[in-house]
Amino acid sequence: MTKEPLIKLEGVSKHYVKNKMSIDIFDELDLVIRENEFVAVMGPSGSGKTTLLNLIGGIDRPTSGAITFGGERIDTFSESQLSKWRAANIGFIFQFYNLMPMLTAAQNVELPLLLTKLSKSKRAEHVKTALSIVELEDRAKFYPREMSGGQQQRVAIARAFISDPKVLLCDEPTGDLDRKTAEEILKILQLMVRDFGKTVIIVTHDPEAAKFASRKLYLDKGKFFERRAA
Amino acid sequence: MTTLQQIIAITVMNLKGLRQRFWQSSAAIFSIALVITVMVGFLSMADGFEKTVAGTGSDKVAIIIREGSLSELTSGLSLEQAKLLSTAPGVAKLNGEPLASFELFVIVDLLKKSTGLSVNAPMRGIDRTSLSLRENVKIIEGRMFEPGRNEIVVGNNAREQFAGLDLGDTISFGNTEWRVVGVFDAGGSVFESELWADAKVVQTFYNRGTSYQSVRMKLAGPDSLQEIKAFAENDPRLNVDIKTEADYYAEQSKPLTTLIRWIGYPLAFVMALGALAGALNTMYTSVLARMGEITTLRALGFGAFPSFIGILTESIIIAVFGSAIGLGLAFVLFDGMLVSTLNGASFTQAVFEFSISAQLVKHALALAIVVGFVGGFFPALRAARMPIAEAFRITQT
Repeated sequence: MTKEPLIKLEGVSKHYVKNKMSIDIFDELDLVIRENEFVAVMGPSGSGKTTLLNLIGGIDRPTSGAITFGGERIDTFSESQLSKWRAANIGFIFQFYNLMPMLTAAQNVELPLLLTKLSKSKRAEHVKTALSIVELEDRAKFYPREMSGGQQQRVAIARAFISDPKVLLCDEPTGDLDRKTAEEILKILQLMVRDFGKTVIIVTHDPEAAKFASRKLYLDKGKFFERRAA
Repeated sequence: MTTLQQIIAITVMNLKGLRQRFWQSSAAIFSIALVITVMVGFLSMADGFEKTVAGTGSDKVAIIIREGSLSELTSGLSLEQAKLLSTAPGVAKLNGEPLASFELFVIVDLLKKSTGLSVNAPMRGIDRTSLSLRENVKIIEGRMFEPGRNEIVVGNNAREQFAGLDLGDTISFGNTEWRVVGVFDAGGSVFESELWADAKVVQTFYNRGTSYQSVRMKLAGPDSLQEIKAFAENDPRLNVDIKTEADYYAEQSKPLTTLIRWIGYPLAFVMALGALAGALNTMYTSVLARMGEITTLRALGFGAFPSFIGILTESIIIAVFGSAIGLGLAFVLFDGMLVSTLNGASFTQAVFEFSISAQLVKHALALAIVVGFVGGFFPALRAARMPIAEAFRITQT
């Protein structure tokens, strides 16, 4: 049975103005992503992959067109509404992890929970569970500088899913990692889709990384070319 | 989570991160501390002088000088005038005798210990009633001078500042030699900068005949000052100015303290501008270095306003911390430091301690908060208003 569309882009255009020149990133783009999909977005540099992720994540706005999430238009939200919406629905994973260097792994993971009404003890329970899922229970009190790149990215994944968002948006999540560590990270993302029902969208240059996804999108010259996994 | 809770969370995070930005934060803290030290040090001079001079007089004692005189030094009263004044209604009495003291005030040359240079020191000729008008004066070493002899007692501060005033020393001025027979404490007031001798002996060696320069009287009650004034106004022989001792010394301190403050506050303002530039630079650099962290928090769902307030609070905390260090340094370096300076009203040296008052501490903290606020406002605004996507582009290129 085909699942309901979770994310829908309809006629989305994005232009930047730089030095009085308009730069078209993409024009009239349509896209549907359903719940529980693992989508890899590939394409050459400058094709707009990260911009697409930013638009879906509500940290950038389209020049025109509509973006709906669960049937609700998000491109018309105010900044404050978007902040709340992101906290509830989106988990971000970045190429360079973007952990807070002054916080321990546990404290980093706890960050999104500070935006909820959970008590301190409940937050601690959730953090413990999230760290155990990414197999980093024993690194809870470590600071980012005391961990490897792979461990830091696993902390970032735990931070991304701890508040139980529907979607994980990953911008080059394995771009800074060696092959073996990259595979570990991608397997965790697969686990998120398979066991936790998350929808995962990753932007990557790496065809090997894209193989872990159930659906591959190639973005080039403002258009999508799609290939589904066998 | 409320906005307040977000602000607290972001502020705590920012403060935790200060250790990682130690040198950057230290530069801002140091520049603010320096401004506060200089400002407080300079203005504590005015506070100390004011505290010493203005705190000298009592509001229960009237001082009477010749009409139009700016101070005791330029005043002159005949013995007849002095005696007449002591019969005024409103003068307190002890055993039927009016509590009135006839005094002389002359300048003597002494060597200042710190510079070795000759300076004007104040010498007061007093009579047997004088001590009962100065309740806070007590002999702490030696004894009181004996009437009719060339003996002096010296204020403790005078002994600290001027050479030759130790107990038992003999010192020459006024065409004679004087023996130091006692040291008195006057609670740090301006009297403690003075040398006291028998008024009649001073009259003799300074060729003053039977004249005096001031009369002090203990007031019998709250309306006594008005009664004495009315008495003086109704007698054509008494062309005098009458005020409480407290008012007299408050006026005496005003020219110098005003001058110090007129220099001190603009100096502090100019230095504060320098510190502000430092704070702005530090906060801009710090915010730029942390743009990734700030943007990540906003991407996670933290609001722009809490981010703004969090950075602003951090900046103010840095400034307040800097000011606390500055105040601490100022306390160590200046508070209680004994110095002497020329009191323009009496043309003599007034010995006083630098004093850091509560009001000065408040001014220093207020200045630090302003520097912290302005220094943090624009960087915080920039960080909070920058679109998240653009901020990520900047931090990841």
